[in-house]
Amino acid sequence: MKNRLKVLRAERDWTQADLAERLDVSRQTINAIEKGKFDPSLPLAFRIARLFALSIEEIFDDE
Amino acid sequence: MTSIQARPTTSLAIWTGGWVLATALLSFGPRFLWHYSEAATLVALALQVAVGIGMLFSLRQQVRSLDELQQKIQLEAAATTLAIGLIFAGSYQMLQDVRLLGFTPTISHLMIVLAITYMVTLLMARRRYQ
Repeated sequence: MKNRLKVLRAERDWTQADLAERLDVSRQTINAIEKGKFDPSLPLAFRIARLFALSIEEIFDDE
Repeated sequence: MTSIQARPTTSLAIWTGGWVLATALLSFGPRFLWHYSEAATLVALALQVAVGIGMLFSLRQQVRSLDELQQKIQLEAAATTLAIGLIFAGSYQMLQDVRLLGFTPTISHLMIVLAITYMVTLLMARRRYQ
């Protein structure tokens, strides 16, 4: 699944470790999501959306 | 690994170390420490089982402390290890039955295969998600 996580993170000048800490997951998980190797669960997707004050659809694209 | 995950991992390492020591005590104690006293051996056995159960609960707690990707990696490694363990155990036992093995298969051989398989599959799964 494609996503805008890397762009959103870069806009805020956060490292993967910063984002991982804010979402209470490992840096490896952030890296895997950004590269599209791992799709987050619905609760984690909601946490990401809440953190960036966006809807899930504005961050993740299932096409 | 986050700081929240580090504590259960340290706890698991301590329990695993304790289990190895309890197993060593049960293995070598009867011969070298208490000259096959049945009562002492039963105490060592009870200790080994109790520490083993502690290790099991600690492992469960450690897996629960992981995030969803790390849990998925652990699940993949555990599933592969279980499958390879079953295949290996079945074939290994059969090799002795058809006299292709010159020695008796023991559970320690299976444990070595399980440990190596788990480590290799864990590394492979971690690499896949990098």
